[in-house]
Amino acid sequence: MTVGLVIVSHSAALAAGVRELAAQMAPEVTIAVAGGTDDGGVGTSFDLVTAALADADSGDGVVVLYDLGSALLTTETALEFSDPDAAGRITVVDAPLVEGAVAAAVAAQSGTDLASVATAARRAGASWDGSGETGTDPAPDTAGAVRRTATVADADGVHARPASLLAREAGRWPGATVRLGRPGESPVPVTDVLQLIGLGLRQGETVEFTAGGDGSEDAAATLARMIDAGLD
Amino acid sequence: MAGCTASDVVAAVRAMAAAVAEHKTELTHLDREIGDGDHGENLAKGFAAVLTKLDAATPETPGAVLKLVATTLISTVGGASGPLFGTAFLRAATSVGDAAELDGPAVASALEAARTGVVARGKAEPGDKTMVDALTPAVAAATATADGGGDVAAVLAAAAAAAVTGAADTVPLRARKGRASYLGERSIGHADPGATSVGHLLGALTPGAA
Repeated sequence: MTVGLVIVSHSAALAAGVRELAAQMAPEVTIAVAGGTDDGGVGTSFDLVTAALADADSGDGVVVLYDLGSALLTTETALEFSDPDAAGRITVVDAPLVEGAVAAAVAAQSGTDLASVATAARRAGASWDGSGETGTDPAPDTAGAVRRTATVADADGVHARPASLLAREAGRWPGATVRLGRPGESPVPVTDVLQLIGLGLRQGETVEFTAGGDGSEDAAATLARMIDAGLD
Repeated sequence: MAGCTASDVVAAVRAMAAAVAEHKTELTHLDREIGDGDHGENLAKGFAAVLTKLDAATPETPGAVLKLVATTLISTVGGASGPLFGTAFLRAATSVGDAAELDGPAVASALEAARTGVVARGKAEPGDKTMVDALTPAVAAATATADGGGDVAAVLAAAAAAAVTGAADTVPLRARKGRASYLGERSIGHADPGATSVGHLLGALTPGAA
């Protein structure tokens, strides 16, 4: 299963830039762009949006992210003109464009379904607002959890690319809930790439994985080895 | 006019295109006051494209003509206007279905469907200083006329007169939707370009009413 993404922006350059960033973390996800007007100006194009929706849809669904209000208007109009079957597989998400695209791309890369990719995009905004609101993840159950420490080897710390690699690897153990943080501090879900980046982990720092559920031993050990070995 | 056929609708659309071309400068001027100044230009470009398509082929039903207008406007009119006017024509097309001829009630229902589509798409309500302020009284007048047994010409005349009044009534309003809403108080004192367009479009269907 691979959910596709569509980036609708008033600017072709902005749409392409968002795709470049998101694609780096999710090389196998189809990210189609509809940026600017037909003649390359600033605005949104019904035809470009319609084409992008078709390009991104492999049958598993499409998540659409947009920049400003009238981009939503154009997208909704395109959906009204679409084949109802195809339109039923398309979810338009109100989320910060860059964060939402990155989070959705990483979620899609891990092979999750349309609803989960849309949720990842929606929650992307909350990762940065300082409220600690992260959606529906259960509070970490530290009693009886598996713990593994590691030392960050990468010179640039756990920035975007290493974080996305960890998040994708963690997707191999769907039965396990794995969190990462500094020992003694509140950990974040390893599958949430934006929150991982938000930790700002630096080279040489000691980090701790906390894991529960099926395969948690294996997951925590594997992820800890990745951090120790370096991901860049 | 008893019933309204596909060729009547084509003639109506041609009249709309002529009205837009005639009022292009006025619309652009209005939009320069409270928008981004491209409304007249964009709408004229869209209707010019519609004429080109109608010259190439005549759709067989009123609904097919309206759908052709919808798809063309959406693809050629930039900004929010393209999707909004396109949605209006598309919903009208859906409303009339594949009927070969439209009567007064069918035209009133099509206008109502167009208004509903614009409201759903743009999320604007009456009083927000948008095209909804012309469409809403137009639909009310059209429905009342159709209910009273009016024919297509009477329904359109009532709709046009109400739309023109509705557009004029946007002058003292403060914009709450679209680009003009960024201006706040400064949007007061100018007619809304979208509402004015609706007045011209409907007025074109009834020579002398607008």
